[in-house]
Amino acid sequence: MKAPIYVYVFIMWMMIISGGGLLFTIIAPLEIHGSGRYDEILDSTVKAGIAILLVILWVFIVSKIKNWIFHKQIQN
Amino acid sequence: MMLDKTIAAIVISAIAFVIVYFLTPILIKTLEKRKLVVKDYNRVGGAMVPRPGGPSILAGIVASEIVLYALYSSAAILAIILTTFLAFLVGLADDRKVLGGWFKPLALAGSAIPIILLGMYAPGVYESHLAFPLFGHVRIPELYIALIIFMIPITGNTINSIDVLNGVASGFMTIASFALTISLLIIHNYDIAIASLPLGFVSLAFYRYHKFPSRIFPGDSGALTLGAMYGTIAIVGHVEIIAAIALLPAVINSFLFLSSVKRIIEHRQLKSNPVEHTEDLKLKATTHKDAPVTLVRLIVANRPMTEKEVGFTIFKLALFSAALAIITAFMMGVHI
Repeated sequence: MKAPIYVYVFIMWMMIISGGGLLFTIIAPLEIHGSGRYDEILDSTVKAGIAILLVILWVFIVSKIKNWIFHKQIQN
Repeated sequence: MMLDKTIAAIVISAIAFVIVYFLTPILIKTLEKRKLVVKDYNRVGGAMVPRPGGPSILAGIVASEIVLYALYSSAAILAIILTTFLAFLVGLADDRKVLGGWFKPLALAGSAIPIILLGMYAPGVYESHLAFPLFGHVRIPELYIALIIFMIPITGNTINSIDVLNGVASGFMTIASFALTISLLIIHNYDIAIASLPLGFVSLAFYRYHKFPSRIFPGDSGALTLGAMYGTIAIVGHVEIIAAIALLPAVINSFLFLSSVKRIIEHRQLKSNPVEHTEDLKLKATTHKDAPVTLVRLIVANRPMTEKEVGFTIFKLALFSAALAIITAFMMGVHI
C-alpha cells in the first residue's frame, strides 16, 4: 500500500506546479476594462473568483484521484 | 558578516536544542507529580504518558528567537515569536479543557494577527505575492491577507492531526523544517533560514523523548506551537508553496480525514477509529464503514504493522516530500 501513497504525493506536487503555471500563463494576463474607475476592483474580483473556482476544481480532482488510487482500501 | 551569521546560527540552534533536551525531563517529572498523564492505547498494558510537552517546546523556541532578535532586531523574528506564543496559548487551552472542533481554527486565525499588524508597520515582514516555481511571482495584495489568516490554522491543525502515534509529530516536523531551512538557503533568504533553525532543533530534541516508546506527548500546545511557527516561517520567508510541499503527507492525512468525515471535528469525537489492534498490539485497518480514511489506515491497509514501523513509513514519506520541496526551491531560480 506504500507505493500508491508516494504516487499520490507526487501527483499532488505536479498539480501544485501546474496550477501555478495556469495562474501565470492564463489568468494573470487577463485584463478587464469598461467600468471606468472600478476597472481595478472588477479585474481583481474576477481573477480572485477564477482562482477560487480553480482551487475547488483542484480539490475535486485530488479527491477523484484519491478514490481512484485508494479504491480498494476506501471501499473496505 | 557571513561569519557573524554562521556563529548566530550555531548559537541559536544550540540554545533551542539544549533547552528542550534538558527542560523536557524536568517537565515529565512535574507532569507526573501533578498527575497530568494520558493513556497510550497503542502500548502493551496502556502506559500512562505525561502531557503536554508544549511548554518545553515553546521555551526552546522563544529563548533562541529572543537571542536572535537581540542580535538582528527584525520584525519578522518578532512575528515568529508572537504568533508561535499565541498558538501555544490556544493549544494549552485545548489541553486543559476539551473545546469544540471549530475553536482551534478560529483561535489560530487570531494568532496570525501579529504578522498582519507588524507587516503594516515594517515592510518586508511579508510580501503580498506568491512565488511559484518556473513562473515567477504573482501579486495578490488583498488576497494575501486572507492567505495569512488561513495559513496558520492550516499548518497548526495539520501537524496536530498527524500527532497520532509515538514520535510522529516531532519526527515529521524535524524533517519538514530542515527541508524548509535548506530551501530558504537555496533561494538566498539567509536571515529567515537562520530564524527557522530553532524549529528543527527543538523538534529534534523533543523527538528524543517523544519517539517510541514515548516518555511525553506534545499535546495540542506542542503540536500547534510547531505548526504555527512553521506557517509563520513560510509567510515571512516567502516560501509558502515550498512549505506546503514539504508538508504534503500531513496535508494528505488532513484531506483524507476531512473528505471522509465531511466536517471539522476532533479525533476524540469519532464514532469509530480508523485503526484497530491485533492481539499482539500491532495496528491494522478497521473494517468499520463509518471510520474515517487516514494516512495510518492506508499504510496498514495491506498488513498489520507495529507503531514503530508505521512511524518510520511516515518519516520515509516526509523525506520524499522534503526532497520534492528542495527540488521546488531549485526550480524557483528557473523561469520559463
